[in-house]
Amino acid sequence: MPKHDTPLLDELEKGPWPSFVSDLKRQAETKPECFDILGQVELSYKDRITHWKHGGIVGVFGYGGGIVGRYSDVPKQFPGVAHFHTVRIAQPSGMYYSTEKLRAICDLWQKYGSGMTNMHGSTGDMVLLGTTTPNLEPLFYELTHDLNQDLGGSGSNLRTPACCLGKSRCEWACYDTQALCHFLTNHYQDEIHRPAFPYKFKFKFSGCPNDCVAAIARSDFAVIGTWRDDIRIDQAAVKGYIKGEYPSNGGAHAGRDWGKFDIQKEVIDLCPTGCMWMEGDTLKIDNKECTRCMHCINVMPRALRPGLEQGATICIGAKAPILDGAQFATMTFPFVNIDAESEYEEVVEKIEKIWDWWMEVGKNRERVGETMQRVGLPTFLKVMEVEPIPQHVREPRSNPYIFWEESEVEGGWERDIREFRARHAQ
Amino acid sequence: MATIEHAGHSYDVDEDGFLTKGMEEWNEGWVEYVKSLEGISDLTDEHWKVINALQDYYKKNGIAPMVRILSKTTGYPLKRIYELFPSGPGKGACKMAGLPKPTGCV
Repeated sequence: MPKHDTPLLDELEKGPWPSFVSDLKRQAETKPECFDILGQVELSYKDRITHWKHGGIVGVFGYGGGIVGRYSDVPKQFPGVAHFHTVRIAQPSGMYYSTEKLRAICDLWQKYGSGMTNMHGSTGDMVLLGTTTPNLEPLFYELTHDLNQDLGGSGSNLRTPACCLGKSRCEWACYDTQALCHFLTNHYQDEIHRPAFPYKFKFKFSGCPNDCVAAIARSDFAVIGTWRDDIRIDQAAVKGYIKGEYPSNGGAHAGRDWGKFDIQKEVIDLCPTGCMWMEGDTLKIDNKECTRCMHCINVMPRALRPGLEQGATICIGAKAPILDGAQFATMTFPFVNIDAESEYEEVVEKIEKIWDWWMEVGKNRERVGETMQRVGLPTFLKVMEVEPIPQHVREPRSNPYIFWEESEVEGGWERDIREFRARHAQ
Repeated sequence: MATIEHAGHSYDVDEDGFLTKGMEEWNEGWVEYVKSLEGISDLTDEHWKVINALQDYYKKNGIAPMVRILSKTTGYPLKRIYELFPSGPGKGACKMAGLPKPTGCV
């Protein structure tokens, strides 16, 4: 495949940020179809419209998802991208790799694909960009037989779960996000590979409320670590921060002179509940008023640590705007034990409660967050078998359209108008 | 677009091998043809039950049924449907039944 003139793309080789155009050109030296990728993208830059056809249904036997089919609408001009399917590969939790593993995957992809990748897709998968239909089964065969590696999810199913790097290298992780992510990925292989849901469903696992995988915004089922006892304070380290021995926020703001660290201004006055104060040179926290927002811990990581009674909050129903508006997840279970010994019994039970219900009542292409909106939070809590608590809402409703169950109202709904008229003449 | 010749019939198909004109062009010869592509050795009554269920639902409703509705009407759990159609209900069974290609975020 010949080179194409790409004057518009060539502009993107300038500047300091790593250029995808330079990378593609280098890849084209061994994989000439990459010239056609560049050629078609250049054409799209010129025409200001995509040149991929609508949809594409390809896959491997046994699975209903994992591969996103794609065909060029200018295949004669760019035969190298006539077929350009994307293969989603399940990534390890936290995305730690050995070069040995990456080399093996690269060798495989050099053999069966364009050599171009996306490290990683937003959901977490390792994404192999661009191959043909006949290559899919042999690629899958070698992937599973030689690399002991599976595909990720696509379609109306459980998508590839992802997590923050958790306890592997973060002192704030309140549970082992990687272990839970890995366990549930294995536990629900069937739900990942064979679409059985009304629509897609995503899991994400964050070790603390900083939420480094954005679980609250990008998963239908967000497990966010927290604790329910007291923040652990090392008063000597607090003094160290006040004296300027340690940089605040681990030195995150070192690029600019923000003046001397001021614990009052930068921590106590910024606490959202105002539950902190200094008594002499001792920092005090009224933990029962703390909402565990992480701010004080983020500012003084050497001095403050999450409590020891750790678990997670489960929030449900986040989604992008389509169809009826973007949603963050709704706090449903304030504190759940994350217990590897019991094979995460409490988490599994909640997931299956949601699925049993949503698979039955969810409409075609309705995310669980939309199903929740449709039936209403009280009904949703009832099916989740959770007692409503004040923490379920940010504020009580302001409209008076309150639904009562007939059983809650004395006398029920069966009333006789004549009985009423006996007391109130027309 | 391509044209497939099989047992004296010709079929217009898209890149993924779905019938472009859908059920209009569908006949039993099509099922025989797709069988070989979809990893199915013998067509059984169970296969036909799924194909008929898909076609009936599509004729009545203008869309393919959701997976759990297909399971309910045929009585086959999803596992059985994959045993019958290794590519699954979308790529396998819908293609054989002559339904339009599944769309959306797949």
